Amino acid sequence: MRRRIGIDVGGTNTDAVLLEEDAVAAGVKTPTTPDVTTGITRALAALVAQAPGARAAQAVMIGTTHFTNAVVQRRDLGRVAAVRIGLPSGASLPPFVDWPEDLATLVRAEVVMLEGGHEFDGRPLVPFDGSGMRAAARRIRDAGIRSVAIAAVFSPLNAACEEDAAAIVREECPDVAVTVSHRLGRIGLLERENAALLNACLIELARKTTRAFTEALRASGIEAPLYLTQNDGTVMLAEVAEEYPVYSFASGPTNSMRGAAFLSKRDEALVVDVGGTTTDIGSLRHGFPREANSVVEIGGVRTLFRMPDLLSLGLGGGTRVAATPALAIGPTSVGYRLTEQALVFGGDVLTVTDVAVAAGLIDLGDRARVASLPARLVEEALARIRAMIEEGVDRMKTDAGDAPLIAVGGGSFLIPPRLAGVSEVLNVPHQAVANAVGAAIAQVSGEVDQIFQDLTRDEAIARARRAAEDKAVAAGADRATLSVVEVEDLPLAYLPGNSLRTRVRVVGEIAG
Amino acid sequence: MRPVGMDEIESLAIGAWILGTGGGGSPYLALLNMRQLYRQGVVCRLMDAAELADDDLVAVVSNMGAPLVGQERLTDPKTMALAVTMMEEYLGRKFRALMSLEIGGGNSIQPFMGAAVLDLPVIDGDCMGRAFPEAQMTSFAIHDLQMYPLTMADVRDNAVVVARAASWKWMERISRKACVEIGSIASTCKAPRTGKEIKECAILGSTTKAIGIGRAVQAARRAHRDPIDAVLEVEAGVKIFSGKIHDIARRTTEGFLRGTATIEGLDGFRGHTFKLAFQNEFAVGWLDDVPRVMTPDLICVLDTVAGDAIGTELLRYGQRVTVIALPAPPILLTPKGIEHVGPRAFGYDLDFRSVFA
Repeated sequence: MRRRIGIDVGGTNTDAVLLEEDAVAAGVKTPTTPDVTTGITRALAALVAQAPGARAAQAVMIGTTHFTNAVVQRRDLGRVAAVRIGLPSGASLPPFVDWPEDLATLVRAEVVMLEGGHEFDGRPLVPFDGSGMRAAARRIRDAGIRSVAIAAVFSPLNAACEEDAAAIVREECPDVAVTVSHRLGRIGLLERENAALLNACLIELARKTTRAFTEALRASGIEAPLYLTQNDGTVMLAEVAEEYPVYSFASGPTNSMRGAAFLSKRDEALVVDVGGTTTDIGSLRHGFPREANSVVEIGGVRTLFRMPDLLSLGLGGGTRVAATPALAIGPTSVGYRLTEQALVFGGDVLTVTDVAVAAGLIDLGDRARVASLPARLVEEALARIRAMIEEGVDRMKTDAGDAPLIAVGGGSFLIPPRLAGVSEVLNVPHQAVANAVGAAIAQVSGEVDQIFQDLTRDEAIARARRAAEDKAVAAGADRATLSVVEVEDLPLAYLPGNSLRTRVRVVGEIAG
Repeated sequence: MRPVGMDEIESLAIGAWILGTGGGGSPYLALLNMRQLYRQGVVCRLMDAAELADDDLVAVVSNMGAPLVGQERLTDPKTMALAVTMMEEYLGRKFRALMSLEIGGGNSIQPFMGAAVLDLPVIDGDCMGRAFPEAQMTSFAIHDLQMYPLTMADVRDNAVVVARAASWKWMERISRKACVEIGSIASTCKAPRTGKEIKECAILGSTTKAIGIGRAVQAARRAHRDPIDAVLEVEAGVKIFSGKIHDIARRTTEGFLRGTATIEGLDGFRGHTFKLAFQNEFAVGWLDDVPRVMTPDLICVLDTVAGDAIGTELLRYGQRVTVIALPAPPILLTPKGIEHVGPRAFGYDLDFRSVFA
């Protein structure tokens, strides 16, 4: 039998599910722990207790918002040496130029700008300053900097300068982590460089976290290979993925939306995911999250990642409710301390969960502890929550007509059964762990990004597609299930012959 | 003459990107440069053309090249200023002010970058009133002004002066070839203009207009109103189509980004298809294969929800976009104007019909 475990590590909860063939055999929700590992170990123990078959799973997929949260909350970030290769162009806009100052101050260890880079047609801009790179690498080593991000002008078209620079850094400081921008992004130097810088400041956290994930698995007696889910709903083997933490930035919301589609068997709907701290509203198109147009900011840093188009509201089960002087909901949350700090759990903080228990929307903790909440306060708070959700839903809709809405997440009890602009609110089994379900159904992808010459656009795309399919199969995909999810072509004028840079990505199910 | 606040430059970037009609390059990088300069204490000045003496000299500047290249070889105030000082050295005369070649896109901010380095004012105006791909597509060309000399600065130690050109077309061909050779991006100072020529032949007030469009978008966003409606209101524009990008075909030839985008209708436009052709900027739009809107009417493609302009190089499958038309400056609508910037100037055998006629 095909068994897969999906795990989602959120800011508040760690969820785990066991999928047997296409059915959810077990699902658990446990609080996230500050060390992450303990939370996963507990979730797995609870899962195995529910379904002993979990031990025989063939694959474990973990999705986490850990890395995004680190950037947003400015914690656990490594200091980075930024190497820009492109002088004499771009001198007035150095690395970190469009970063929020607080984040730049935390991450920026050294900025090195060197001559080199390429033209749009592949000619060198000026010769690469290799000796400058060697001198900088020695300074980086002497300063004890642990991570380097390298970005060269037009590296997606010709990666030679970045590769040469990386080789020099590895020679001079073998223990330093190196991120090269051409692996992370496309045309757009600042955005690609930003992605590389973010990746570089997270790489140590990513390695540590992945190791902790693996240990938690082994401690739970599970031998299956570990995959990390990516922004696009596909997976990478953990040992590869730990070098690219930025690829998992949006995996949490992506997983919950993919899970919502899977559980409801609806491909076109709005998804509202109410967690402990936030409510994410997105839109499903063909079973995948609708993507944001162009630029995406992460913690205030501009990148060009393909990310789901999401509206995030400061509303979750752990959101604080202030009764005086005027009713206020959020934006802060008690997060994973919900089970200590909420009134119903014996704490002294009034949270949205307490309001929901008082209103009888859900039975949690000790109901008697909220019995004395004034009925008017409860009513007003619920009305406010409804208005927040309705406004958010309206902002994410692209058509005037009513659309179905899938309610997921641990706080989905907060979504009223009827909402303005919504044709029906769908509550599905296992909705509280939809994100873990989304992780469990994640697919494998294969990508080719190559320059083809003297072929028509159609021929070049067809050839790239065949190569991408071969790569996906080599990474563990079932060939019969492959489909194309992305095609992009970029003509390169002034190269000999009719040159076309073609990028094709295919996805398919994990085989076996 | 008045000082320009950084908030106005921010509004200018939004408005100019919309007036870019898909081209002109995103103003973002130029805006970043201005933020850097203002952080260092620079304050630019905006000058009304009426304040120019007839024999003053104005430097008309632009970044020339392919927008895609500009995203890698980042624009620099020093290179912009270099093109201007090259021209001063060539002429043996000093400039009184700088002016933008085109108010659409990043070139709206280029004169501010150069002016910041050179401590000169910027004229409120340009000579396109939007963005266009070629040098002869200006109000100066329509007025038959002299098109040379031209200076071109490269980040390496390459300097090009086009001392004479037999026609606007020749100026475009020669300077374009040189530009492609140095990497399809260069800072240029176009033929110098006298105060008299600026007052009589430039499209005046377009800087203020772009700032106004940007402000309208910002105000609409703050008030949670539709920013596209705000643009249509402030500029008396027309909504042409709304839908989802279905296909994009692009090719780079002779340093231009040419191609077509097909949009499938949504909402009120469901069941209809809109096709847009572009050469750096949007040139012609067909509704169900019937020409619906064409240059020089401004064809702007905006993000349906956010109201941000979307450049031809950033169009992507699946984007929700709204196509709007804004009125062109009157000089472009004269018979001579249509000759220079009408559909036939872009290779479309169509008689110009304005959406606003």
